[in-house]
Amino acid sequence: MSTILDKSGFNPDKKLKIVGSSPVKHDGIDKVTGRAKFGADLFLPGMLIGKILRSPHPHAIIRSIDTTAAESLPGVKAVVTRVDFPELPKGSVAGDMSRNAMAREKALYDGHPVAAVAATSESIAKQALKLIKVDYEALPHVIDPIDAMKPAAPILHDHIRTKGVKDAAEKKTNVVERLELKMGDVEAGFAQADVIVEHEYDTKPMHQGYIEPQGCVATCTEDGQVELWCCTQGPWVFRDRLTEILKIESSKIRVTQSELGGGFGGKTGFYAEPIAVLLARKSKRPVKIVLTRGEVFRGTGPVSGTRSRIKMGVTRDGKITAADADLVFQTGAFTGSMFFNAPQAMFTRYDLKNVKTVSYEVVSNRPKVNSFRAPCVPQVVFGVEGVVNELAQKIGMDPLDLRIKNAATEGYKTIYGETFGPIGFLETLIAAKNCDHYKSPVPKGQGRGVAAGFWFNRGGETTGTLNIATDGSVTIILGTTDVAGSRISISMMAAEELGIPVDKVRAVMADTHALGWNRITAGSRTTYSSGMVIIDSARKAITEVCRRAALIWGVPEEGVVFEDGYCRPASSNVGEFPPLSIAEIAGKTTLTLGAIAGHSEMNVTGAGPGFGVHIVDVDVDQELGRVDIKRYTVVEDAGKAIHRLQVEGQYQGGAVQGIGWALNEEYVYGEDGRLQNPSFLDYRMPVASDVPMIDTEIVEVPNPRHPYGLRGVGEVPVTPTMAAIANAIGAVIGVRPRSLPMSPPKILKLIEEARAAR
Amino acid sequence: MNSLRYEAPSSLGDAIALLAGASGTSRILAGGTDIIVQMETDLIEPDLLIDIKKIPELRGIAIENGAFKVGAGVTGMELTDHEAFCKAWPGVVDGVKLIGSMQIKGRATMGGNLCNASPAADSVPALIAARAIARIAGSNGTRDVPVENIPIGPGKTSLDKGEIIVSFLFPSRPAHSGDAYLRMTPRTEMDIAVVGVGVNITLDAGGICTAARVSLGAVAPTPLLVAEAGAALMGSRLDAPALDKLAQAAGAACRPIDDKRGTKEYRVKVAEVLAKRTALLALERARQNT
Amino acid sequence: MSRKYHVTTTVNGDEYEYLCEPQQTLLDALRDALMLTGTKEGCATGDCGACTVMVDDTMICSCLMLAVEADGKKIETIEGMAQGEELHPLQRNFLELNGSQCGICTPGILIAARALLDRNPDPTETEVRYWLAGNLCRCTGYDKIIRSVLAAGKEMRGA
Repeated sequence: MSTILDKSGFNPDKKLKIVGSSPVKHDGIDKVTGRAKFGADLFLPGMLIGKILRSPHPHAIIRSIDTTAAESLPGVKAVVTRVDFPELPKGSVAGDMSRNAMAREKALYDGHPVAAVAATSESIAKQALKLIKVDYEALPHVIDPIDAMKPAAPILHDHIRTKGVKDAAEKKTNVVERLELKMGDVEAGFAQADVIVEHEYDTKPMHQGYIEPQGCVATCTEDGQVELWCCTQGPWVFRDRLTEILKIESSKIRVTQSELGGGFGGKTGFYAEPIAVLLARKSKRPVKIVLTRGEVFRGTGPVSGTRSRIKMGVTRDGKITAADADLVFQTGAFTGSMFFNAPQAMFTRYDLKNVKTVSYEVVSNRPKVNSFRAPCVPQVVFGVEGVVNELAQKIGMDPLDLRIKNAATEGYKTIYGETFGPIGFLETLIAAKNCDHYKSPVPKGQGRGVAAGFWFNRGGETTGTLNIATDGSVTIILGTTDVAGSRISISMMAAEELGIPVDKVRAVMADTHALGWNRITAGSRTTYSSGMVIIDSARKAITEVCRRAALIWGVPEEGVVFEDGYCRPASSNVGEFPPLSIAEIAGKTTLTLGAIAGHSEMNVTGAGPGFGVHIVDVDVDQELGRVDIKRYTVVEDAGKAIHRLQVEGQYQGGAVQGIGWALNEEYVYGEDGRLQNPSFLDYRMPVASDVPMIDTEIVEVPNPRHPYGLRGVGEVPVTPTMAAIANAIGAVIGVRPRSLPMSPPKILKLIEEARAAR
Repeated sequence: MNSLRYEAPSSLGDAIALLAGASGTSRILAGGTDIIVQMETDLIEPDLLIDIKKIPELRGIAIENGAFKVGAGVTGMELTDHEAFCKAWPGVVDGVKLIGSMQIKGRATMGGNLCNASPAADSVPALIAARAIARIAGSNGTRDVPVENIPIGPGKTSLDKGEIIVSFLFPSRPAHSGDAYLRMTPRTEMDIAVVGVGVNITLDAGGICTAARVSLGAVAPTPLLVAEAGAALMGSRLDAPALDKLAQAAGAACRPIDDKRGTKEYRVKVAEVLAKRTALLALERARQNT
Repeated sequence: MSRKYHVTTTVNGDEYEYLCEPQQTLLDALRDALMLTGTKEGCATGDCGACTVMVDDTMICSCLMLAVEADGKKIETIEGMAQGEELHPLQRNFLELNGSQCGICTPGILIAARALLDRNPDPTETEVRYWLAGNLCRCTGYDKIIRSVLAAGKEMRGA
């Protein structure tokens, strides 16, 4: 039986009434009035405040923890340490997760939780932390992944043996995995090239920088029912992980998602939540834990720093013949960086037959990394798009023309095995070439850079329900978190399917008791996948609506069609009946035949890849090394922009995150292995006066696997950003930076070196 | 147990008595934009906070014979909204405008900025260049101290126990005078200065510099008054050779550190570049100021 | 029990009282004592502006004012911005022009933007950007925020 995944019903000629417009989003009013409830905004009677004690050592054996003084402080109702976490084997997925939540044998980074308390006030909780005595045996630490790969490096985990290496030495190592991905014959490919460019690049770890620190409230009844309110990108995933590491049955846990104050991948994993649950269980009172900004920087999941060597070759007439890369990713204290995304995505947009990549994932004494948009990819595209640019320069070709000439198109088989369906890279490049920004001359003294990016866009396990009320208005139950805009876009798709105004549809963000399992909101999958299941649910509901119309009219089911919100007789042969609206049918039949609803649970497939091209003009103060972004344009294929303003917002937000990553954002560690800049003062994200307006162009090459042709748009906008800016800086100062961030002292140094070389 | 006490005296005498009589650590609470952050990040745990915002002598901007007297508790917003002060001392205002965001300026004060004694404090180099005097009150009476003698190290001032800065006194402004403050930060706003430069000059009717003071911030444990840099401008028209000498003197005076905000090497280069730019801005203002 | 201070203050035109510890901030008091959770904590060190409120007509970070200082003061938070059902033009323009994505920075930005327009009804784009430099946003890239503020200003001027 064919499903919506086989037959989406995409019709490029269909006139759409709602999809493609920009209605005011339904969650907007709560956001502009302050009513919207985020992780820290829940209060329960008798609630305690939880606080976490964190290791000041980047690497240390925890010999003992004495909590007696803390426990006897008046106002302290519970104390939790490693002994409260079930024993789980080292090196297993659950074992790593548990040890990241709270250190067990060793503290592995500055900020690693070692104990926690719940007390009747924040000041008492803070005082109690000071009374906990932890006996540490400090060990040598290692921060940089290259240092961590050296033979004499301090070892974090005795059990690690490098995956992907034949006969991995019995020696202990910090190298978790070696991943080789290749296709064709790079040697032959380079032999064909007339020009070869090869460089090394490095990037520093950075942080997603969501403005909302993690906040949660946990309760636990006497018979073990757990309720967890938290900001999260994955309520079901959080629930499953709580089951795995705390050994509490999933149906005894309800995770309710709050509004999410920014996640960008950083809230796909939990931090304080298991601790809050344990404190709630021990105290039998609600426990709230809200991380401070310092804890967010020190103790959540920053973004991987990298080293890469990238080599590409091109013929004199502009055919790229081979690409080769060695990459090193740091994953922090535990494995899980998703580094495999990088070799899969870094060259994927070009029609390459000969590619070889070797990637390493390495642990070191930093917090375990978490995803950011397009995990592990922008850092290496920073290098790739610099090499592509240089190839163009060396053969005297316009940088966009070189990319156009080598653009992958439908039918291209990627290095990770998927064959592209219809894609819009070529169209996006051409749109970029024709856009106002690219056509206008570069202002005097400034430099222009372009770069291209790609993201797979994901589908995944998703569920949803659509309920039609007796008055015909509609509620949709969604399992994916709204990371700004998906909720209204999905409501718009439901409204379009049902032929009703979008204001008659309201979306509810479900808790884990209300729906089947949903994968995390990530991978630019949400609007696509939740859209798919809600459209499927809507179509099922429409089938039922038609069935009831048939009953009302006394005609066979095939005699009823559904058009623009109304059931009509399929032809005059069926009979003359005035059309029946959904509201009328619901009103007439709910009380007798029951509710009209549709639901859908599927592993959504068919997500179409996304491509973007960024154009940026910069000015450089050549005496100080300061870079000023003067003009920025994002050109990206959205397949179909369901809500245009939302899509623009995703492009603009991604671009500015990339600007911060490009120019100033980095984790700074001291010799002592401690993070030196755990605050917004010295972790320098762009402020409003740092950036210009971000112009956007939405290209629409539909993905016919989706009923409305949409593609995910969340991650592509960050991928080419740093590369485009670096290319622009290179155009001004004559040397293209190869190290992120491109902060003023580093730019000034490059300028001076270039001057000296002349 | 938390032993912190908060007091908000409404007279200078009461404040001094509280300060002088306190055992343990006491701190003045003006805008709180440094103190509250330090308490939040557990850098300090004071026993007594004395809120000075109810004390009239610390508020208010007065002009006496063309010379400004600015209460040490006047907020950044109040100062930058004061038209006459902005006209007379645009360089001091440049510095105050850069003390954090508009929200910060709604609370921050020059008294707090000076006494927090960060080597990178944005209002201080221009105050030093302006020849500002800090009027200090304590249990032993009042004394006047040039601003450059207040900070003695990072986080440390020369104030005795029981002393409060009450106001800042500015000299009256001769014609053809101009001051400016520029700093280098990676972002346009919200950063701590990597280098800050304050320049204050007076020209004669013919355009020759007859007085010059140059102060550097963030390049030494305290903000510096660089006599050689001022001397480099004296008697000149601030032409290229004079500016080169200025830059050299500024660079030579730096005793910076490597930290997460800048390396020694970078700071020296920036000091040289900014000294010139700041001097040129002060010159432009001096020429407009007849 | 630690020493506590009794504070009487006016918030959005209503009189409130609370007890606070001396080190607690106005932000703590608004959220935890008065349950006015519209004002957000993003950093507690004055670097992000999510906690922006008006105190005696001055825009400040409520994380940098002690709760005890609020005694006798007039405070305005996001909860007081709409007048009954009528949204402020800034709120309306943010809705129409999509100036808010995740919404966590929005209350602070609205309070700050209103303070700007009350003072300078016709700001340039640059003036808006520099005024809002103390309000971090990570989702929007600031573009639609600035456009919403400029559009609201235009509407309020009747231009």
